[in-house]
Amino acid sequence: MMANTAQHPLLEVRDLHTYFHTFSGTVKAVNGVSFAINEGEVMGLVGESGGGKSVVGFSILGLIDSPGRIEAGEILLEGQNLVAAGEDRLRAIRGREISMVFQDPMTSLNPLHTVGKQMDEVLRLHSDLDAEARHAACVEMLESVGISRAADRLKAYPHQFSGGMRQRVVIAIAMLARPKLIIADEPTTALDVTIQSQILKLMRAQIADKGASMILITHDLAVVSEMADHITVLYCGNVVERGRTRDVIENPSHPYTRGLIDSIPDTTKRLDRLSQIPGSVPDIRNLPHGCNFRDRCPRAQARCASEEPKLMPQHASLMAACHFPLEPGDTA
Amino acid sequence: MTGFLRSEFFHNYRRSSSAVIGSALMLGFAFAVMVGPFLVAQNPYDIAALDLMDSYKPPVWLEGGDPRFPLGTDGQGRDVWASILYGARISVFIGLVAMVASCTIGTLLGLVAGFYGGIVDSVIMRIADIQLSFPSILIALFLMSAVGTGVDKVLIALTAVGWVVYARTVRGSTLSEIEKEYVQAAKVAGLPNHKIIRKHVLPNVLTPLIVIATIQVGTFVLIEASLSFLGVGVPITQPSLGLLIKNGFDVLFSGLWWTSVFPGIAIMILVFGINLFGDFLRDELNPRLK
Repeated sequence: MMANTAQHPLLEVRDLHTYFHTFSGTVKAVNGVSFAINEGEVMGLVGESGGGKSVVGFSILGLIDSPGRIEAGEILLEGQNLVAAGEDRLRAIRGREISMVFQDPMTSLNPLHTVGKQMDEVLRLHSDLDAEARHAACVEMLESVGISRAADRLKAYPHQFSGGMRQRVVIAIAMLARPKLIIADEPTTALDVTIQSQILKLMRAQIADKGASMILITHDLAVVSEMADHITVLYCGNVVERGRTRDVIENPSHPYTRGLIDSIPDTTKRLDRLSQIPGSVPDIRNLPHGCNFRDRCPRAQARCASEEPKLMPQHASLMAACHFPLEPGDTA
Repeated sequence: MTGFLRSEFFHNYRRSSSAVIGSALMLGFAFAVMVGPFLVAQNPYDIAALDLMDSYKPPVWLEGGDPRFPLGTDGQGRDVWASILYGARISVFIGLVAMVASCTIGTLLGLVAGFYGGIVDSVIMRIADIQLSFPSILIALFLMSAVGTGVDKVLIALTAVGWVVYARTVRGSTLSEIEKEYVQAAKVAGLPNHKIIRKHVLPNVLTPLIVIATIQVGTFVLIEASLSFLGVGVPITQPSLGLLIKNGFDVLFSGLWWTSVFPGIAIMILVFGINLFGDFLRDELNPRLK
């Protein structure tokens, strides 16, 4: 469509394969994942635990440690392939152009250094500012994530902050070098429900304010539906469905997505039992032939066992990998 | 200072009799070692100050004792009390310097092994394992017989023996530390490895080392004494407590017991004090025991 124009998406992941070679077999944690994010967009990366979501995030940053390896695929940041980039180039990108927010704010700050020192470290690495300018930038950033008396709080240690406050600090650190892309790996999972929505609003405001893009990694569809423009659903290292948030949430075409949505408790309906997806994620070291989801799928037929489904256009904006996709109005 | 006096650490310290006794013994020893040599009349290394007529005088409370020599004298007429004060200096010096050297080298190797893993880790840790399968005194003895005797050689031997315990401890804590998200966060922020090790891993693995280091000073004093007793330690011109024991050992069973026994008691008090205090530190610095 726009193949020969100069416009690239901010980040494009093409057919990414990240494998872990362990003694008990090769774990194909990411097995042919493709997606693209434009500037200013939020993409939700959704799936159960063990679905390969975090591995995608670490692959983008080039932080896959042995025995893991990116076996194939391209990760293009503004057209530049990060898989082929050297460690020096990657280190310059980390924190500067792509930064990350982790799940647990209790452990993602070093307990022995003040918050100010940990913020300053990022700026020293990624900017030419002098000490005074860095201090001013830290104060400003801390204030912008809603921490009052920021100049005083810079001298405080992580244990002097509550969980929600710490996650604000972590977000401030991630935003500090004005990165173009933020990878948020389950940023609200470890927080109280009451704090979760505050933090989500804050992140939304921060990326809108700074014109950054975000990959939001989560298992919580409620969180993505509030935040994301697009959703990519992973299952066993494969993209099973993607599309605009509204389409995915309201009328998913993949039975797995349907199952995920149905397992969100709905307080407006009285149910005796919460809906769940039967079975569990198959052993990723020896995946079944054909569709990975077929053993848990209510719509599975003989063809699902013999032929692996490809990602095909479905209704509205959706792409899904299913031989028997749901149409709007269908129930699983 | 008032902050320290009101701290939990000081509160627990005052309530722990073993800590108070241990540190009192250590401080007393430190004081005696620093100031003592200026208080005794005789410098046991100054041959001009010795008089063979004074040889083998018993302690002052025994018959024939001389008030100038409260703990008696040895075969050269050296005051045992003065010899202990001078000898303890050498023992404590060797213990402290060897501890600092072992701690530095062991910590460095442990950090590298834990952080980088792979072949580096295997090589360092296999050397450590091999060392641990021999008694440390045997390794030191072997090294001393290879490189010769002298204070510097004793330091080398003790360091070669002592780094292992730090390397293993630091490697273990490094492995658990680098799994934590703030180390991941530092990587994600683009920090180079040496900075991550120095700023984020090192400060978080130091606490258990304080305890090991304290107790190791005592261990080193003992090993040095054993080496000197076996005749491969410090030279005769710089007699440590261990060498004093050896010098008196020849006449120990002739009834001239004081030349060996008093230096032995000195070592015992020193090591006992260090261990008592080390035990207190271990309980105090281990959050799991609180």
